Amino acid sequence: MCGASVGGPQLAGIDVTKETIIQGSVTRDGEPLGGYVRLLDGGGEFTAEVPTSATGQFRFFAAPGTWTVRALVPGATADRTVVAQQGTATEVPIAV
Amino acid sequence: MSRSDVLVDADWVEAHLDDPKVVIVEVDEDTSAYDKNHIKNAVRIDWKQDLQDPVRRDFVDQAGFEALLSAKGIANDDTVVLYGGNNNWFASYAYWYFKLYGHDAVKLLDGGRKKWELDSRDLVAAVPQRAATEYRAKAQNTAIRAFRDDVAAAIGTTNLVDVRSPDEFSGKLLAPAHLPQEQSQRPGHVPSARNIPWSKNANDDGTFKSDDELTALYAEEQVDLATDTIAYCRIGERSALTWFVLHELLGVDNVKNYDGSWTEYGSLVGVPIALGAN
Repeated sequence: MCGASVGGPQLAGIDVTKETIIQGSVTRDGEPLGGYVRLLDGGGEFTAEVPTSATGQFRFFAAPGTWTVRALVPGATADRTVVAQQGTATEVPIAV
Repeated sequence: MSRSDVLVDADWVEAHLDDPKVVIVEVDEDTSAYDKNHIKNAVRIDWKQDLQDPVRRDFVDQAGFEALLSAKGIANDDTVVLYGGNNNWFASYAYWYFKLYGHDAVKLLDGGRKKWELDSRDLVAAVPQRAATEYRAKAQNTAIRAFRDDVAAAIGTTNLVDVRSPDEFSGKLLAPAHLPQEQSQRPGHVPSARNIPWSKNANDDGTFKSDDELTALYAEEQVDLATDTIAYCRIGERSALTWFVLHELLGVDNVKNYDGSWTEYGSLVGVPIALGAN
């Protein structure tokens, strides 16, 4: 693997105008990391979890509002707070 | 029954990887995860292909379960250790299913595949060869399985624990957003059910919370565990995890898992449905 793609997975085939997308990639020193990404709501409650793809990417279909994206990888945890809006993909790059 | 009888940690599993009387079984929502890699000597059970009747909506029958375990090389006196992805949802479901057919020596790997991966423990691609057995199952123990009529009769009289996410409970969603949509006709929840999402039972790494934390959780949510309880979700796998917590970890006697869950109840004609949050 020579370097991670910037940002989340491709949006081809998705009607972004109808969705509230939170996506990104998890990297260490520019290389994609295998792990898990959790989506927590504004109150810190668990909403969803996905494993990262082979290229370290993840995506959630959420609702507009404030969310915490939590990456779990071997030896590290990283939180990012994001505000998601319908009609746009909110990109969350997470370097750990 | 104590926690150590039903739950093992990764060190225990690593010490038993080559134990011929311990069968490690991966059961995943993503049934292809096993093909990529798995714990050494683990066999796979496919929750959909292996555990569901191919025609009717029901489980494989007693003879079918015997044939499955025989083909997988699991003997009646083997200890089965289950693990999987997604915080052990489907491994918990398989655990409950093994108990349903009377296999007592079954344990869950605490944290499942996620914790194993986060600990950077070894995973392999090699598929083990186990000699076939002649497994004999017992008749289903329906003391741990609820059916739709039990649920309808439980409204207002028995603890009903809805373990889905708050948006599914309130009626905003019919399924978690990241999953295929096995849909019910109507959104909502069973009247008088308490919404205690499965995730409240587990830590970030997928391990279960302590007995004290779990006891406090159900007390705070006003579930009187001295009385009968039915847990449900959408298709019965997340509620199997809650069943495991209540029945196996906390030793609560009369707890049933309703595997028909919301995809059945939400499609029934004439039953009451409630909308909104707890």
